Amino acid sequence: MRRAVLAVYALLIVVPLLVVVGGSLKTTQQLFDAPFGLPTSPTLDNYATVLGRGDLLRVLGNSALVVGVSVPVTLVLASLTAYAATRIPGWPGHVLFGVFAAGLAVPAQAMMIPQYVQFDRLGLRDSLVGLMLVNIVVTLPVAVFILTGFLRTLPRELYEAAGLDGAGPWTTYRRIAVPLSAPSLAATAIFLVVMHWNDLLYPLLFIDDPAKRTLPLALLDFQGEYLTDYPLLFTGVVVASLPMVLAYAFLQRHFVAGITAGAVKG
Amino acid sequence: MRRFPPALLLFPIPALALYGVFFVLPAVQGLQYAVTDWDGFSPSYSTVGLDNFTTLATGDDLFRHAVTNNLKFLLTVVLGQTALALLLAVLLVSRTRATGLLRGLFFLPTVLSSVSVAFVWRFVYDPTFGLANTLLDAVGLDRFRSVYLGDEGAAIFCVAAAQIWFHAGQMMIIYLAGIQQIPPELYEAARTDGATTWQQFRYVTWPMVAPATALVVAYTTIQSFKAFDLILGLGGNPPRPALDILSTRIYTTFANSQLGYAAAESVVFMLLIALVTVTQNRLARRTSGGS
Repeated sequence: MRRAVLAVYALLIVVPLLVVVGGSLKTTQQLFDAPFGLPTSPTLDNYATVLGRGDLLRVLGNSALVVGVSVPVTLVLASLTAYAATRIPGWPGHVLFGVFAAGLAVPAQAMMIPQYVQFDRLGLRDSLVGLMLVNIVVTLPVAVFILTGFLRTLPRELYEAAGLDGAGPWTTYRRIAVPLSAPSLAATAIFLVVMHWNDLLYPLLFIDDPAKRTLPLALLDFQGEYLTDYPLLFTGVVVASLPMVLAYAFLQRHFVAGITAGAVKG
Repeated sequence: MRRFPPALLLFPIPALALYGVFFVLPAVQGLQYAVTDWDGFSPSYSTVGLDNFTTLATGDDLFRHAVTNNLKFLLTVVLGQTALALLLAVLLVSRTRATGLLRGLFFLPTVLSSVSVAFVWRFVYDPTFGLANTLLDAVGLDRFRSVYLGDEGAAIFCVAAAQIWFHAGQMMIIYLAGIQQIPPELYEAARTDGATTWQQFRYVTWPMVAPATALVVAYTTIQSFKAFDLILGLGGNPPRPALDILSTRIYTTFANSQLGYAAAESVVFMLLIALVTVTQNRLARRTSGGS
């Protein structure tokens, strides 16, 4: 019974994914004739079409750039804040934490309208810098939440010993707090990378210029262009997902810790 | 109050500045826009008081549809995903090579983008060539063939199934963490008293994972309100009324140059989330107080 349930669910996950990968190697006709079948005469035409589009590298680059800037900046800002929230005694420290924690209750979809107006007025809409900025702002709450939760578990004596040695708060932060919170920084980083790499909402809202699209937005546009040309859509899915799936394969433990860190109280 | 180095006060300033300007400020402005008839680009607009909210409450079928759909979606995903995640966690609690592999596999969809998951499921649901109907034909159950996303009544539940496929593995991990904290002595005692597997689950596992359940339900609820990307990927942009939920409704209203009205919808959206969350907390407290 146990094995049967697990086997069925495993098939439910694996089969659609294999159909997608297999389908990217078929023609539309071959896919429709035998969707579950192995590609009998695999073709790389779909990949040639997708990779041959002038914009793919650019779109990949945009995604990498946006993630590559937003995530480290968020981590630095959030860890400085988390450090202050744990080291400032009494209510001010709690208020600092509370201000950011309150942001967790506000979904981006409730904020997108006024943010659109604001970024438009400042000339930050339709720009990758604006996209990075909005990414940083919307994920500060969750990053502060996770990192503060972790730093609170560190014994106060660690800091006090450093204080006796004459170290200022900056030195204590750099020499003690940052190295010790490396695991939770890594977990938060992975959570943020996956979230920003896959985000559609803000690119859809902010980006008009096709040259500034990120992967999910380009993938959504595929749908309009290729309609029911599933093999091409599947090729897009494979290309867009491959970086995350490969990273997951090598860093599985960290991915699981990171993506669940956003959900579990620290 | 204990003394602390004043330099510490400088640490949160960059984060507070960005958060204040680009998060708190627009949140307040959103409330201001909600009482106007602004289209989003005209230089002038007028304040209409609570007119937007009156229309939302009384005369907007599209909005009412989105609320109903969102609640159907929410309920299906919360019940289905929580039950499935708990079942998988219970089945995978032992640590072997096989369970490790399966955990990794069940979690895998979580790292995909919503747009990718939407494309996978569009093919599953394709009425002519799709996997679901092909499979039904193959096993002789073709009388259950369906048009899935094309079926006005079933469409939102089809998206719910895709959402569960997408995130059940993630919630399974939270349950696994909860189950692993249950002291083994409890199960030994239950077995000594002759408890069946079901009774062990009912009287040991289920009450002991209550904190994990609260977490899973709260997180799934928020996730279900946010299912914007999946709906657009599966239902197109803008989605048909049968597939519209609150977040996509707000976006469509906004794209139709009714910015003030969309801001009012956002306010109702926030209030609804708050209401659902408070109700859940009440229920969770009553349940844990009662057992």
